[in-house]
Amino acid sequence: MARILQLTLNGRARTDAVPDNVLLLDYLREHVGLTGTKTGCDGGECGACTVLVDDRPRLSCLTLAATVAGRRVDTIESLARDGHLSAVQRGFHEKLGAQCGYCTPGFIMASAGLLRRNPRPTDDDIREALGSNICRCTGYVKIIEAVQHAAALHATGVSP
Amino acid sequence: MSEIVPAHNIGDYVPMIDGPEKVSGRAKYTADLVAPGMLAGRIFRSPYSHAGILEVDVSEAQRLPGVKAIVTGADCDKTFGVLPIARSEHPLARDRVRYRGEPVAAVAAIDDAAAKEALRRIKLKVRELPAYHTAREALAPDAIALHRRKPGNLERDVLFELGNVEAAFAAADLVREGTYNCAEVCQNQMEMHAAVADYDAVRDRITVHASTQVPYYVHLMLSQILAMDMSRIRVVKPHVGGGFGCRTETLNVELIAALLARKVGGCVRIAVNREETFITHRGRPETDIKLKIGMRKDGRIAGVECECIQRGGAHSGYGVVTILYAGSMLYAIYDLDNVKYVGKRVLTNTPPCGAFRGHGTVDVRFAFESLLDEMAHALGLDPFAVRRANLLRAPTFTQNDLMVSSYGLPECLDWVERESGWHARKDKMPKADGGKNGGVSKGLGMACSHYISGASKPVNWTGEPHATVKIKLDFDGSIVVLSGAADIGQGSTTILAQSVAEVLGLDLARVRVVTGDSEVVPKDNGSYSSRVTFMVGNAAIDAAQNLKAVLVAAAARKLEAKPGEIECLGELYRAGAQDKGLTFGEVVTEALKDTGTITVTGNYSTIPESHGGKKYRGAAIGGTMGYSYSAQVVEVSVDEDTGVVTVDKVWVAHDCGKALNRLTVEGQVQGSVWMGMGQALSEETAYFGGLLLTANMLDYRVPTIQDSPPIDVGIVESIDPHGPFGAKEAGEGSLAAFLPALTNAIADAIGLRFNDLPVTPDRVFAALERRARGKA
Repeated sequence: MARILQLTLNGRARTDAVPDNVLLLDYLREHVGLTGTKTGCDGGECGACTVLVDDRPRLSCLTLAATVAGRRVDTIESLARDGHLSAVQRGFHEKLGAQCGYCTPGFIMASAGLLRRNPRPTDDDIREALGSNICRCTGYVKIIEAVQHAAALHATGVSP
Repeated sequence: MSEIVPAHNIGDYVPMIDGPEKVSGRAKYTADLVAPGMLAGRIFRSPYSHAGILEVDVSEAQRLPGVKAIVTGADCDKTFGVLPIARSEHPLARDRVRYRGEPVAAVAAIDDAAAKEALRRIKLKVRELPAYHTAREALAPDAIALHRRKPGNLERDVLFELGNVEAAFAAADLVREGTYNCAEVCQNQMEMHAAVADYDAVRDRITVHASTQVPYYVHLMLSQILAMDMSRIRVVKPHVGGGFGCRTETLNVELIAALLARKVGGCVRIAVNREETFITHRGRPETDIKLKIGMRKDGRIAGVECECIQRGGAHSGYGVVTILYAGSMLYAIYDLDNVKYVGKRVLTNTPPCGAFRGHGTVDVRFAFESLLDEMAHALGLDPFAVRRANLLRAPTFTQNDLMVSSYGLPECLDWVERESGWHARKDKMPKADGGKNGGVSKGLGMACSHYISGASKPVNWTGEPHATVKIKLDFDGSIVVLSGAADIGQGSTTILAQSVAEVLGLDLARVRVVTGDSEVVPKDNGSYSSRVTFMVGNAAIDAAQNLKAVLVAAAARKLEAKPGEIECLGELYRAGAQDKGLTFGEVVTEALKDTGTITVTGNYSTIPESHGGKKYRGAAIGGTMGYSYSAQVVEVSVDEDTGVVTVDKVWVAHDCGKALNRLTVEGQVQGSVWMGMGQALSEETAYFGGLLLTANMLDYRVPTIQDSPPIDVGIVESIDPHGPFGAKEAGEGSLAAFLPALTNAIADAIGLRFNDLPVTPDRVFAALERRARGKA
């Protein structure tokens, strides 16, 4: 059964007919064509598919698209402003929080969610917020530096 | 007006030039690619570990609506494999399946649901055969052969003795032996394997996008499997989400996608899931090591005897090379005169192993550095002093003819010893006391490792240069670098841009790099054995110098000077300090007058002296133009109440010759140390009757950010005489040292040695219990 899904996706209202059993991840990637959100596992293991639902990080691979009706969903594609990277994007780029880049959208969205609720996180806050995201390249050291750098940029007025 | 000076970037912290795509979600990986009418491909896999195939019945699946094509072993009788001497694998099994999960058939359907439904309708009839899931079972005298050409299931046995090991042991003050077991581990890169194959039936051509580290190998194997002329094949490598070695070999995924695409006359995407990615494997084999070292009382190593058995899995893959590396790379880190090595690579009914970061060297290095530590302790020597008693002096050749041109290990040792506060802290680490320290004991451990900067002889020896880079320069003045080097996240694209910009004295903004499409870029041997910075970096420098010569000649002509009088300042070329000179754009305009668009080529070839020796069969393996060196100190806490080991801090010093990009060197070194930590503490595969039980990231336990320590990196620059700007590799050499540094630290903390990896809490707890009961 398909139903009508209305939501605010990356700041724009959308209405789509979506089958009941479609995951938010597949809705984003296959229906809408936003492939920035990544599939990294067979369900809930890695965090690569993290998006924000009403500013809270959510695993889109464990979320039915139908359940976000009426909600605000933000993906990695929403962060840049007028083509300029957001604070978290700059943090991950400038401090090498991204190597292969595949886990990066998930890390960035989880970090953006963190900074929206806690603009000055400690290292432990960062570890806790990113505890369910797996990265295989960095050893996480530079990811922590990236988020700290993003918080500093955010403090100067750059959007998270 | 400010003085114009050449721009420099080498040695800076340079963010990756393709970073903006990665952080914005614009970077396309293979599974992100969509084509109109693209079909979904799915693979039917063997539920048996070892069986003769009687029938693959696809008739019912074929009749399902939405199913467009099915391929089985009957569609392809060709074999593939990374080593020309050992191509044992069919993309889809014929006659026999040899591991649980081996591809048997594949479906292309209008969508994923239809493809999945078709898999359920495929019927496989077999005659089951005895299956061997351990090396010991496969080597038993009555075991049947997995492959007819390999009786006894021995893929390769290696034996060499250089010097006289028995005499060395007789003359040693201490001879000690240890046995070690390292569990099988997986790369588990974040991007799951994917391929998109598009067959053009009108022109009989095929384009394959694949998540590979070596597009060139994919090209070769597609030609072999499809029996298609290479000129009809185009291979594209989009962004790749890590590899760590498992994508060096061509995988069955891309070959099956191609077979389906040709059969259906269109475009097929196969994006396998995480479980299938684990089963496709190509990880580090389970390894059993018996190691014996003789040492003099001053710490000098007298002799080494090492036996290494690797459970290789069901196909040859890289097996021969892996078992040879394990032996040859005993050398080139310390000065050894008497070494005996016995290696056995065994075929078993488990998924095929491959090249995993630190290829072949890691488990043996773990054993070696563990035993050195144990012996240092027994002789009352400081572990740093033992390493220093055995240093090489570069330039030199090792006993097995490996060329060592630069050697920064002494400086690595100095750095970690100093930064960790080793001597002040080593004997004062807090121990469990039930009071202030609770049940936690802390310890410090150290170890060393090394790695090659690219195998000096490529697997497919053709006589061509080892690396080729092209540069195009046209009316717009942008420098376009064309290279087949595969950036899989390690930053090779950035290094190419940096190298070219540095030689020309230009800002990075002028440089664009085009990679990854066989239609456009020169062939490259690929991203494996840490070869790219060294080989391709040197080729890029050569190309940039050739371009500079063209520009200098043009400037000389225009300024009516001799080329030798031209000073190149990047954006300004002039014939003397008083000359106002020519802008870069003016020089380009002048240069184009002769030939139109300028293209130059840069090449790099290794020198014969680096090709290893001939003292035993396979002695070329291990030969490289430059070895990296690493020393590490690891600080741990062991909770004696739970057996949980926590890594508190790592200090690592890595000799990369010259850090071309300090940011990416640090990232590579941290990443490899951390990957070593996963292998040492938590990662291992487990099978039940050949069924992979750990085919997800919850059961295959990768450290999270919560488990991961700060890793301080010291960069040691030995300036290799052959390296690009003096550089050597940075992405693999620091992995191996972590493992023994950890177990040495645990031994320091609680007085117990762990020779089996990973050191899980249950293993630690059991060992503590045994000791408490007086059985340790």
